[in-house]
Amino acid sequence: MTSSEHHANRPAAARTRQLEERLIAAGLTSDDEIDGFLTKLYASASPVNGAVLAARAWTDPAYRELLLADGNAAAAEAGFSLAPPDRGGYQLQVVANTGHVHNVIVCTLCSCYPVSLLGPSPGWYKSFAYRSRTVREPRAVLAEFGVTLPETVRISVWDSTSEARYMVLPARPAGTDRLSAGQLAALVTRNGLIGTALV
Amino acid sequence: MSLPAGARVRVRAIDPDHHTRMPRYVRGQAGEVFAVLGRWPLPDDSARGIVPPRVEACYAVRFPAADLWGSGDHFVTVDLWESYLDQL
Repeated sequence: MTSSEHHANRPAAARTRQLEERLIAAGLTSDDEIDGFLTKLYASASPVNGAVLAARAWTDPAYRELLLADGNAAAAEAGFSLAPPDRGGYQLQVVANTGHVHNVIVCTLCSCYPVSLLGPSPGWYKSFAYRSRTVREPRAVLAEFGVTLPETVRISVWDSTSEARYMVLPARPAGTDRLSAGQLAALVTRNGLIGTALV
Repeated sequence: MSLPAGARVRVRAIDPDHHTRMPRYVRGQAGEVFAVLGRWPLPDDSARGIVPPRVEACYAVRFPAADLWGSGDHFVTVDLWESYLDQL
């Protein structure tokens, strides 16, 4: 984290700590329990996980079908156990980019995000600017990320307002026919899985 | 109410004084059910500590940007619980 990001996040950190202290004072949790939860949450959370799913979908048509139809089942098959919504988890909805459609994910109400598959969300994902502008002028927002799409490509924005968490399946780059699944996974970035990069 | 994909709906133009997961920018807008996501507790009830909360179908509802903003050729898809919607 850069020092400027740290500074910008300080009021939020202070508010979070006040909330934690109230919960601890009320006997509802403890510092140890909070630390344990966060350690467990972030220990294995990484965009490498989402990249593995994407690369497998590129190389295995049946897996691609499963990933788009039932994200949690597809994640489980790849060794990532996602708790369902009724057990504190989420339902993974994967949306695929094609030559005609480019998908991008946002949460206008807060910052919903599939942390276990994409890692901790970037600061900009939680910013008011990204959250308000992505639903309104996604083409301009994507251009600021360096993604310039042909006018023929329709942009589809997914606002995460429920127990569903969205992930983008980027289109497989041209000229990658000879790459292994591992090499393909290394091409996929966190922003690609959010939709703010092509891959 | 159980809506199939393709059903036309309108988001209720209401302004509850409690927590809700119905974004203001789609209230009163017409859209189309893109997918039925599942049946989950209604956050409006859960946030108020209502036990048990209503458990309702949640739909991914798609809106053309031009309807929401007066311009734009993209789609915006928002997840909305049954209580937020009227069928058209």
